[in-house]
Amino acid sequence: MKDRFNLYRFASPATFYPLAGRMIPWFAAFAALFGLAGLYLGMLVAPTDFQQGEGYRIIFIHVPASWMSMFIYLVMAFWAAIGLAFNTRLSGMMAQALAPTGALMAFLSLWTGALWGKPMWGAWWVWDARLTSELILLFLYIGYMALVAAIDDPRRADKAGGLLLLVGVVNIPIIYFSVQWWNTLHQGSSVNLTKSSMAVTMLWGMLLMAFCFWSYAIAVALARVRSILLERERHTDWVKAELLGVGDGERA
Amino acid sequence: MLAAEQLACVRGERRLFANVGFRLDGGELLYLQGRNGAGKTSLLRMLIGLLPPEAGQILWRGQDIHEQIDEYRAELCYLGHHNAIKEELTPLENLLLSARLADETLSEDDALDALEQVGLAGREDLACKYLSQGQKRRVALARLVKERRALWVLDEPFVALDVAAVAWLAGIISGHLQRGGLAVMTTHQPVDIPAGTVRELRLG
Amino acid sequence: MLKIIAAVIGRDLKLALRRQADIVSALFFFIIVVSLFPLGVGPEPDLLRKLAPGVLWVAALLATMLSLPRLFADDHRDGTLEQLALAPHPLGLAVTGKVFAHWLVSGLPLALLAPVLGLQFDLPTDALLVLTGSLLLGTPALSGIGAIGAALTLGLRGGGILLSLLVLPLYIPVLIFGAGAVDATVAGLGGEGHLSLLAALTFAALGFAPWASAAALKIALE
Repeated sequence: MKDRFNLYRFASPATFYPLAGRMIPWFAAFAALFGLAGLYLGMLVAPTDFQQGEGYRIIFIHVPASWMSMFIYLVMAFWAAIGLAFNTRLSGMMAQALAPTGALMAFLSLWTGALWGKPMWGAWWVWDARLTSELILLFLYIGYMALVAAIDDPRRADKAGGLLLLVGVVNIPIIYFSVQWWNTLHQGSSVNLTKSSMAVTMLWGMLLMAFCFWSYAIAVALARVRSILLERERHTDWVKAELLGVGDGERA
Repeated sequence: MLAAEQLACVRGERRLFANVGFRLDGGELLYLQGRNGAGKTSLLRMLIGLLPPEAGQILWRGQDIHEQIDEYRAELCYLGHHNAIKEELTPLENLLLSARLADETLSEDDALDALEQVGLAGREDLACKYLSQGQKRRVALARLVKERRALWVLDEPFVALDVAAVAWLAGIISGHLQRGGLAVMTTHQPVDIPAGTVRELRLG
Repeated sequence: MLKIIAAVIGRDLKLALRRQADIVSALFFFIIVVSLFPLGVGPEPDLLRKLAPGVLWVAALLATMLSLPRLFADDHRDGTLEQLALAPHPLGLAVTGKVFAHWLVSGLPLALLAPVLGLQFDLPTDALLVLTGSLLLGTPALSGIGAIGAALTLGLRGGGILLSLLVLPLYIPVLIFGAGAVDATVAGLGGEGHLSLLAALTFAALGFAPWASAAALKIALE
């Protein structure tokens, strides 16, 4: 019975902590690798766009960052649902650890969108449906982080934050749809960001960058979960042992 | 009727207690004792089903309370630290409303009778904000006069009461036990309850 | 079921009537915010007519926010919320009653007052009617969604500001369709499409929000 493979075993903090520690360098290496390859394809190999010149190359950051910002919110909501349904401690910490990265991605997406918008539309900000939705997504991230930070009891923080994430995930499609509706009503059709005739190298560049962001997000989230774990479980024996055997996290 | 098995409680990052258990049958009273911060109120909140236990379970008539929460609560009366009365309403309104919201039937005559028993005759129609602390506590306690639910959970019921009121409340609790009811309460001052079997549970 | 909802509504209305100052100050806040706009942007009737739907709706959102922190806080402080949670029926029912009572004392007066303020912005009669209608349809959703935020932030320091941070982004669809209905009427396009979407939003919010709020309240009461 003792050695039976069991997912719950990995959900136990004492097991998860060293496991996460071993995984971080791998994902960090993946992130660097994919990042270099993606930037190489995007900046050097991909052809110059005949309409937009070199400026379009910012999409190699912008598009993957937008994807990740939405994807991370979904992953957080997934962990929240698991946490509320099965009362697992690690789930809430996972959601909390992902939030800053998700917010960073949303911010990156807005920032690069503005940088791109200036040469494209002649303005730093236009009330394009996608940009507006991304802005609202950033608000949702900030609201989540503010709520979790305001609650002292970590269990209540996990549960309340999780509930907010689920409410948010139900609302995101409604918000997205309403912003779309509002946008078409007020602006006619705005500039279409994605060209259908996208070159294969461009697609690959974006995919590689997306993998890079993905690995980066996993690596930082794991690192953050580890510090949250240490903080929350600082009274337990395994943390004391961990801290006494300085840097012993890698021990097999 | 009421049984707790292997209960454990963690608040924040502190483990308050573990492996707490007891059994309580009709006509029995359980005194919860322990120093401040030992987890008395937390245990009470577990018993009323607001705080899920970290480990263990609470059984009512042999079944986990969380599997029959509405049925369990129909037999439960809880009196907490707070009086659960509205300052803007009169004692009579408060009493009638709390009965209605708890899905009980309480006639106006019964309510007036209860208020008279707690010594608030003549103040039924005065907004509670004009009453003293002790009088507000009596409004809260007036609920117990006509209360016929099987399990009473009382958190420090004797606080802010004068000697006469303490004796009166002890009598009310005795009557409840004599009718075959159960009671769980915390208190710092041991009060002599004339009827029923008294059990004690010390935390910490 | 209906008995409990009615009992909670009755109690909250009685309490609100004995504390009328709260209702009145939220209404005055609404009036003042709306009246500040012409002072800020200038009195040209064309501009004001264009701004009116958005200004009135945003002011209505903010005025609703004002009364939200107290939705559960008073009941929490005096222990009545605990008793509601311990009643032998689902807490979501009691919350439904509280949401409805909140709408009666906050959303409904706003909707009834709005056409008078719309006159200040030179809105035509049909737009005034649609404005009132859109507020009548949309403000229940504001109370419902707001209740989730109020329950999540119950008893937290800085709860009021946090509440706005959580709730205002979720109000965006209501704002878009509510103000859009009036906008479309002013433009002569007819606001029926917006109004029916607004009604759908409100129905969804009223079905979903009380239960989410009840879950949040149980977390807060642990």
